[in-house]
Amino acid sequence: MKFLKYTTLFLSLLTLSAAVTSCDDDDSPSLGAIDMEFENVAGSTAIQLNSTTPYTTAAGDQFTITTLRYYISNIKLKRADGTEFVQPDSYYLIDQGIESSRKFSIPNVPIGDYSGITFTVGVDSVRNVSGAQTGALSPGDMFWTWNSGYIYTKLEGRSPQSSNLNGGIIFHIGGFKSPNNTIRTVSPAMNNNMIQVREGRTPEVHFKADVLKMFTGPNTIRFAASNNIMGGPDAVKVANNQAAGMFTLDHIHGN
Amino acid sequence: MKARLSYLLSWMLPILLGLVVSGCKPDADVVATEDVPGTVVPGNFPEPVYGAEKNPPTRAAFELGRSLFYDPRLSRTGEVSCGSCHQQFVAFAHAGHQLSHGVNDRLGTRNTPALQNLRWKPNFFWDGGPSNIETMPLAPITNPLEMDETLDNVLRKLNADASYQRRFKQVFGGNGPINSYQFLRALAQFTAALTSSNSRYDKYARQESGGTLTTSELRGLTVLRQKCGSCHAGELFTDESFRNNGLDRRFPLDSGRAHITGGLRDVGRFKVPSLRNVALTGPYMHDGRFTTLEAVLDHYDHGMVESATLDPQLRRSGLEPGIALNPQERQDLLAFLHTLTDEQFLRNPQLAEQ
Repeated sequence: MKFLKYTTLFLSLLTLSAAVTSCDDDDSPSLGAIDMEFENVAGSTAIQLNSTTPYTTAAGDQFTITTLRYYISNIKLKRADGTEFVQPDSYYLIDQGIESSRKFSIPNVPIGDYSGITFTVGVDSVRNVSGAQTGALSPGDMFWTWNSGYIYTKLEGRSPQSSNLNGGIIFHIGGFKSPNNTIRTVSPAMNNNMIQVREGRTPEVHFKADVLKMFTGPNTIRFAASNNIMGGPDAVKVANNQAAGMFTLDHIHGN
Repeated sequence: MKARLSYLLSWMLPILLGLVVSGCKPDADVVATEDVPGTVVPGNFPEPVYGAEKNPPTRAAFELGRSLFYDPRLSRTGEVSCGSCHQQFVAFAHAGHQLSHGVNDRLGTRNTPALQNLRWKPNFFWDGGPSNIETMPLAPITNPLEMDETLDNVLRKLNADASYQRRFKQVFGGNGPINSYQFLRALAQFTAALTSSNSRYDKYARQESGGTLTTSELRGLTVLRQKCGSCHAGELFTDESFRNNGLDRRFPLDSGRAHITGGLRDVGRFKVPSLRNVALTGPYMHDGRFTTLEAVLDHYDHGMVESATLDPQLRRSGLEPGIALNPQERQDLLAFLHTLTDEQFLRNPQLAEQ
């Protein structure tokens, strides 16, 4: 009997190892994909870098944009029954200057209907301190070197209202340590839309990111007083504005 | 039966583990090499923060990291390497320099810290800003007062060098250009190897030959553990905390830890440095104001000043803040501190510029 027991153990170990090492090249019929698109706008106007026509905040400050980048991470899709699909290794850097960065695909999504979507604006605290990384998290000018951590949203430009040199406005929103944690998770309203993932049919979910909402909402940001934010309590104010309504689901194609 | 099982496992387990580890991606040949310095945790040390498993040491990667550490092309002007300001003979501190010294003779705002036992550090610098050994070098590389270079430019220079191309490929495989991940991981292979654990004190602590301390040194060790050990704690002689040790009444030039946290309670607090190799790592304090250990002990004995964030352990009711040291204690303490000098580390040819 004992021999049988050990043989079973041996065989199960072997099976386990085979399971762990197999490369799973099969096209699983139960998986599909979702395309995501982020359109950056200022109110009803599509953002153009270095535009000659300024945008106007709710409070009446005018500005143009030279750089606009932000991280979207940890995307989760929710089914009507409350269960979730959590995308592994889910990190994207949206850069207004790189068109291809504004569209990406989420692969290996189980087919089904999803009634909700949640994502982080920024990068979770663990990845802020995880050392050298690759892909969207490769260290670059979205990483603070002197105080480790990612810049979650970077908006730079000019405003006639700014008291800064050359009228510059610099908004570097980041930080993961209390009390200046600016990681925000949002679940834009779906308005009864469903994301229907089917075999051979990839829905495209189109979001709008309204930069005017960075400066209005719970906190009104005026460029005369706030024009050079790099983390800290003022960044928290902007992050709270972002969480309150910067991201909206505009429409879903291909359902 | 038991024998049969262990027999089975004895030959099966390595195969199973091998399969599990090899998985789908044929990684570059990553085999831990024992002769890479700092790979084995010294017997008297705690568990490291950045253990060898986080970036398994290999001979080729370590040597690549060493080349990068000593390569002045990491700076904008091509004149300043990491090793320019972190010199092995003084435990990778900067001999004779009160403040860091960067490109075009620019002076920084702080005293260059020693680089040793970095595997055990939860964060880096006098203010603890960088929190990972791999990303830490980005700060001095990009600081205009230090190396004043961009990461993109560093990668451009490395990719233009056929020897680096070959060596990075050997370590990381792949056909793409050298990227930031590879650069930072290779550099960390060297910085993590800078382990100082063979001072006379260490040999005493591990009861090894050569580990004899004189009676004065032993008394000094007792003084240290009693009067300094709550901050310069344990075998690494630091608790890695940030404290205000009474240097100034105000901190207008450098707020220390508050620079990172923005908190008023952190103004004037700086990282407690390790005392290993302390006889060589002068000048002392975050601004290098004291040139000798005697001056440091004078400060603790009778030089401290009050401020709002002064460490409570240094306060004394009815007296000025400080740590009283009588002449005998002082002499013994100085004697003990010299036993923390690790000649093997300071002279290890593997850690030197080749």
